[in-house]
Amino acid sequence: MTLPTPTLTLTIDGELHSARPGATLLEAIREAGVALPTLCELPGLSSVGACRLCLVEVAGRPRPIAACVAAAEEGMEVRTDTEKLRLFRRTTVELLLAERNHVCAVCVMNGHCELQDLAAAHGVDHVEVEYLSPPDLRVDASHPRFAIDHNRCVLCTRCVRACAEVEGAHTWDVAGRGGASRVVTDMALPWGESITCTSCGKCVQACPTGALFEKGATVAEMVKHRERLRFLTAARQEGRWLLELEQPPSSRAERGASTTAGVGGRRDARDSSSPGLPGMAGPTKGSP
Amino acid sequence: MTADRRPRFATVWLGGCSGCHMSFLDLDERLLELAARADVVYSPIADAKEFPEDVDVTLVEGAVANADHLEAIRKVRANTRVLLAFGDCAVTGNVTALRNLVPLDQVLATAGYPELEAPVPKLLPRVLPVHKVVAVDAFLPGCPPSADQIWAAVTALLDGRPVPPGARFG
Repeated sequence: MTLPTPTLTLTIDGELHSARPGATLLEAIREAGVALPTLCELPGLSSVGACRLCLVEVAGRPRPIAACVAAAEEGMEVRTDTEKLRLFRRTTVELLLAERNHVCAVCVMNGHCELQDLAAAHGVDHVEVEYLSPPDLRVDASHPRFAIDHNRCVLCTRCVRACAEVEGAHTWDVAGRGGASRVVTDMALPWGESITCTSCGKCVQACPTGALFEKGATVAEMVKHRERLRFLTAARQEGRWLLELEQPPSSRAERGASTTAGVGGRRDARDSSSPGLPGMAGPTKGSP
Repeated sequence: MTADRRPRFATVWLGGCSGCHMSFLDLDERLLELAARADVVYSPIADAKEFPEDVDVTLVEGAVANADHLEAIRKVRANTRVLLAFGDCAVTGNVTALRNLVPLDQVLATAGYPELEAPVPKLLPRVLPVHKVVAVDAFLPGCPPSADQIWAAVTALLDGRPVPPGARFG
């Protein structure tokens, strides 16, 4: 005989909803079909309550709480969309925009950025607080495939958690405190010198802004893969398609050593760790 | 708007690339509609040397980056009923304000641009969004805002309505 699944009952914006015991308040609110903005939250990662966008008001609590790190409790009376919360969210987005140097027009993520989306969704059409314009934020482009522009980082720590909790490498972490906090790789080494980074790219995909990006996406970073012209020359002059030339899939090193390696347009063709590829004009930059 | 006369409309170009005005020109045939609805009394695309008095709606492109901009925006504000910060440079400083990351003397040294006397206007220590210098009544972000967004904003302001929300940075 199975016991009925116990449920909690709570009130969200004046309506009764049930929730699973153990659910976070954010989960309960979303399962109730109520939208709540988030930035540091990413499904599959732990919750840290860093961005403060999922603040809700709970009856009997003196101040709003972050729904992502609060447990849903029996009898809770939750408000998700009060005038006060709307002001807090707008201000939070403004503070995020003012803290570092977000210049959407020249950002690799322009048009696809979660911070940009949040600003539009919450009516942030200008920033009233003072821009801090910190002058000391750097770009670390030492990794062969990825780069970080600290000017665009909002310290959501999605990269840190994706790396530690999913990839298991824990290359990323946060150094410093308050406004001086920075995400760092290893012991604040240049990313390219990290011995723990597996170059999996999960951090890049987890990042909500243009802070973490794939190289080749910004001005002057286009790398031409002249070797791919062999597709055309082989087809036209030799009457052969490279499908015929391609070796059966094997290890990357073996593919790298074959004459057709890199011709298929893999992104990692310019990874400097690849063995030398006969017939390739590049890559030369960054090669040992 | 005062009911007894046609609205007086202006656009101003401060520290920006003129891209917002290019987008404004993308209004295309709606420019004729605008000319039918309002007197365009001042604009980089109109033949007027001095910013006139008694303007109902002014669109301001660009950030406040030098002494000329500062003088201009104060006059614009004094003579305008409804002032729209038009595009990202006016709203945020945007690309024009990238130099705020570097001290002014270094900016001038790097650019090989010595501090000359007139006619080169003196750069301000920091590039400022328009609303940090004068009161702004409405904001239209975008780099540039699309012609449709501009038209929605302009018609709203001429009708005395708020600018429709939803425009994005970038």
